[in-house]
Amino acid sequence: MWSFFHKLGSPPWLYRITGSILRWLLPLTLIALAVGAVWGLLFTAPDFRQGNSYRIIYIHVPSAVVALAGYYVMAFAGAISLIWKMKMADVAMKSCAPVGAALTFIALVTGAIWGKPTWGTWWVWDARITSMLILLFLYLGVIALYEAFDNKEAAGKACAVLTLVGTVNIPIIYKSVDWWYSLHQPASIKFTGESSIDPSMLYPLLLMIGSFYALFTCALLMNMRLEILRRESRTGWVRKLVGA
Amino acid sequence: MSVAGHSGAAVAAGSLLQARGLGLERGGRELFCDLSFAVRPGHLLQVEGANGAGKTSLLRILAGLSRYGFSGQVERAAPLLYLGHHSAVKAMLSPRENLAWHIAGEGSYRADEIDTALAQVGLYGYEDVPSHTLSAGQHRRVNLARLYLSRSPLWLLDEPFTAIDRDGVAALEALLVRHAQQGGAVVLTSHQRLSVSYPVARLDLRAGLKEGLSEGAHT
Amino acid sequence: MSAPGLLAFCGRLLRRQLVLALRRPVDIGNPLLFFAMVVALFPLGLGPAPAALAGFAPGILWIIALLANLLTADNLFRGDFEDGSLEQLLLSPQPLYLSVLAYVLAQWLVTGLLLAVLSPLFALMLGLPGAAVPTLVASLLLGTAVLSLVGGIGAALTVGLKRGGMLIALLILPFYMPVLIFGSAAVQAVVGGMPAASHLAILGAMLCLSVALAPLAISAALRISIDA
Repeated sequence: MWSFFHKLGSPPWLYRITGSILRWLLPLTLIALAVGAVWGLLFTAPDFRQGNSYRIIYIHVPSAVVALAGYYVMAFAGAISLIWKMKMADVAMKSCAPVGAALTFIALVTGAIWGKPTWGTWWVWDARITSMLILLFLYLGVIALYEAFDNKEAAGKACAVLTLVGTVNIPIIYKSVDWWYSLHQPASIKFTGESSIDPSMLYPLLLMIGSFYALFTCALLMNMRLEILRRESRTGWVRKLVGA
Repeated sequence: MSVAGHSGAAVAAGSLLQARGLGLERGGRELFCDLSFAVRPGHLLQVEGANGAGKTSLLRILAGLSRYGFSGQVERAAPLLYLGHHSAVKAMLSPRENLAWHIAGEGSYRADEIDTALAQVGLYGYEDVPSHTLSAGQHRRVNLARLYLSRSPLWLLDEPFTAIDRDGVAALEALLVRHAQQGGAVVLTSHQRLSVSYPVARLDLRAGLKEGLSEGAHT
Repeated sequence: MSAPGLLAFCGRLLRRQLVLALRRPVDIGNPLLFFAMVVALFPLGLGPAPAALAGFAPGILWIIALLANLLTADNLFRGDFEDGSLEQLLLSPQPLYLSVLAYVLAQWLVTGLLLAVLSPLFALMLGLPGAAVPTLVASLLLGTAVLSLVGGIGAALTVGLKRGGMLIALLILPFYMPVLIFGSAAVQAVVGGMPAASHLAILGAMLCLSVALAPLAISAALRISIDA
């Protein structure tokens, strides 16, 4: 157990092991994404009220789910980096932020595209959309803070503190926004709740959620490998790797 | 490597500060590596080196202000007093108020003790003027007045002679020697050699020095 | 001679911070002046119709309080960082948790408290119903304390950076949002004839949580910033 922990802290080992994970995870993810997308977009019945426009949930829902989970992955890595002073946890946390921000952005954009035919407007101050927007702000705040530090080690620690503060705050923000929305909810907007989703629509959705988790992992690992190379660019093993 | 070889002041068994295998890299350049030494009561240790050799960084590591980005360990066995580049003097407070706050964490001092300390650094008559009317050297003196009150056995002083005139330097050197003789210890960085009749250990951080500091410190 | 007790030390710190603030009364006045000026912006932007302004008043007053707090947050540790006082505080044997609380308390006394006390004046200017004014003051008292504590986290994270001003806003505004929601909702509830006790209770709960946790984050952030 401890030797594994020590190995996790070693950049060359981590670089090698993430490389071999990606070698099979990446193709698998792409296949799952392709299957899920084709299944969801072509082989499911249209919704009786929304017609074909609902099919965007196969992108929208997975990205929203994984975007939120990504923040917690980032906070987890941040906690490890603060508690055990593991540099590679820093790398993982730093690499999470852009991936999470991108997924949050995708969720917002697909939400807006979905909103146009459903609600007749691109943007509604709905509780979930507002929460996603705040989540995007939180991700961008982490990226901005990281970039503002010249000393990247301090940057990692500062971002770790920020993500932990965010972790405590996210439930509060979500609950507040939910409550705020229930207070102001205009009567004209009604949700076609996802709770009543038909199994034939649900299975491809679950597959897509799974694939998005895998996609997140792939993007995270690739990002981490890049960051490892950047940080270790002066060491012998990287020089040997690039053949310099 | 141990900073040793002084005589005179009583040597207690325990060291006030122990550094083991300190190494620091900045911007891909190794400033020092595998630096090990102990500071014991009675030591007067001067850290030397060119600009950018890592003197300030070393002192901040020893003080515990730098917690990341270096290798090795520092054990601090005694309360320490650190004076850095910044004087920590508030422009809107008088020297008396500033000094009273500087030592507030260490103990409770009477007003006359504070005034005496200020007088000893040559600030008699300036106790109550706003500090923004004082010069940089006088700010430094407010800072140094703390040394007359401090009960901390270990002093870490970063360039304490900056902006201090010649008489002030002599008084400060005498103070440092007295502190060491009374069983305290001082680690200081300075470009100028101390002119004291007390054994001064030297630690030379030459920029780019790779193989430790085997010949670094001797008295 | 032994080191002074915790409370004695925090008392000295609090007094020092207040003395420093009082010797620059302009710095205390600036956020209040900012508050007054932004209040004047809203009638200019939204039109002077009293009914419309009164309707927006709870939200307007709360947003301005939030921005005023944001503007002062950056100064919380900056002066002490630049002149080296913060290093000395971190090295002192006193627990940082309480010292940090004393810093935030001093800052709140000269910003949040004064804003809350003066807010009835601005409420009058915007035509907020008189019955809602006590709730406005109470919600500001509780809410600005939370804002100061959360703002302290942002201040501590950015104090080592040369250009902290804009960044601190980006970092802490998301965390300000729940306070804004419940603060303005409390006032709106009273305007709508409903009791506001539950909203105030939630603000109080937020205050308890941030008193307990924010100093930990601030202390950790200060130790990181001093090292950067």
